[in-house]
Amino acid sequence: MSLSNAFGAGRFAITSEVGPPKGTDVAEMLATAEMLRGRVDALNVTDNQAAVMRLSTLAACVHLKNAGFDPVLQVTCRDRNRLALQSDLLGAASFGITNVLALTGDHVSVGDHPSARAVFDLESVQLLEVIRLLSAGVDAAGKELHGSPEFLVGAVVTPEARPLRPQMAKFAKKVSAGASFFQTQAVYDPESFKRFMENARQFEVKVMVGVVVLRSAGMARFMNKNIPGILVPDSIIDALESSSDPQATGIELTARFIDEVRDYCDGVHIMAVGAEHLVFEVLDAAGLTEGCIA
Amino acid sequence: MIVVRQKPLDEICAMIAGHRSVLLVGCNTCAAVSLAGGETEVDTLLQLLRLTNKRHGMFIELSPAVLQRQCEPEYIECLQEGAYDAVLSLGCGAGVALLASTVGKPVYPALDTLFIGSAKGLARWQAECSACGQCVLGMTAGICPITRCAKGILNGPCGGVSDGTCELGDRPCAWVEIYERLDSLGCAKKFDTILAPKDNTTRQICEWDMSEGCDEK
Ligand code: SF4
Ligand code: SF4
Repeated sequence: MSLSNAFGAGRFAITSEVGPPKGTDVAEMLATAEMLRGRVDALNVTDNQAAVMRLSTLAACVHLKNAGFDPVLQVTCRDRNRLALQSDLLGAASFGITNVLALTGDHVSVGDHPSARAVFDLESVQLLEVIRLLSAGVDAAGKELHGSPEFLVGAVVTPEARPLRPQMAKFAKKVSAGASFFQTQAVYDPESFKRFMENARQFEVKVMVGVVVLRSAGMARFMNKNIPGILVPDSIIDALESSSDPQATGIELTARFIDEVRDYCDGVHIMAVGAEHLVFEVLDAAGLTEGCIA
Repeated sequence: MIVVRQKPLDEICAMIAGHRSVLLVGCNTCAAVSLAGGETEVDTLLQLLRLTNKRHGMFIELSPAVLQRQCEPEYIECLQEGAYDAVLSLGCGAGVALLASTVGKPVYPALDTLFIGSAKGLARWQAECSACGQCVLGMTAGICPITRCAKGILNGPCGGVSDGTCELGDRPCAWVEIYERLDSLGCAKKFDTILAPKDNTTRQICEWDMSEGCDEK
């Protein structure tokens, strides 16, 4: 099974993510993926996430592919110019990697090499257009390719961005640039997500709601303060605060949220942020037992 | 204008150490308006260097000069003769470069050149242009996304914007400002046009001769 199969079958799709290691030892990354075998349709592989230098996302995708998983290659524009982006995309396709997620990427100044030169020769919308060209058999310079990729092309959107209007206008641009599925920034308020979906449904794209499992009230406050586009409502913070087992409450709240919005969207993207072992607990609690990548 | 800022004194001292006689050359155009290279700043720097040198037991003869513009040959002709053995320029990078190619002596920069910008109240400047050679301000309500968006994005705000502030935290999000101004001008539709990747060849223009015209691309 794979992400495209899940979408094709109209099944509620499930993805999570793994981060490549800082170093060459991929054992832990593969062990993390193993915990999710049979439970998710695909695994996003982050690309120097938060501008922290790690093993290449392409190499990590190949390891996962060889181990029988369906990886989603996250591609950011921060570290590579248009030549390098295209050659990595062709490289990925040559290894049978079929899912890509086009991102602009965090700025280098938030990461662990803050004095590096940020590239941004392209950005997410332009990268989507370049992927469309590659899929049509030509490169960004109009030169013909010998063998061209076939990608399921995704992008991201922030349903609770402040302000929201420019974010929605950019969402429309990403659709017209060729994104066929979206994974959202984490959302906590089901009503606000439903309003977003009413708007999003004018486009023929698959939307997977993003969730991050909260493990404590402190974590919720930290995210409100530091992660752009995330808005954890007070009611959730209160519930975590008064709970004797905040982690269990976090799992329960996430499961309840997924249950409430699942009829309004096409899947869920569970960002583990360092707690991958909780992902299948969330899936169990939400009764999501169908995902399969073996 | 070109916005400049004086280098730390230690860095300047280290550059001119070892010379016997140094001419401090101000620039009365951008650098003066930037409050970093006009008559007052040349005088102040000269006094500071004298004090510092004295404290370090060094003696360097320092003399001042202020040119109308350091980036045009006709204004720097008068500098070609003199007893000084080095020049400390209080001009932008272009001023330093032209002096260095003219005076036949070592020329050192006393300033760091920051950006092409506009004045934003007293002693504050805003970066406005990165001289990309292919202006898109017509599509972006006069706000430069190359310069003022931290990522130089051409198609709308990234996911890092938070309550209208850039992910870097040091500036308003350029794309929120662009969107709002386009909207208030009644041209929000312009936002929907996907701007193509920049043609970076215009950034490589190294010399331009007007008599040769612009080549049509
Ligand atoms: S688009 Fe280019 S030329 Fe125009 S203001 Fe920005 S950097 Fe300057
Ligand atoms: S927050 Fe706005 S200004 Fe900052 S990088 Fe993103 S789009 Fe550019």
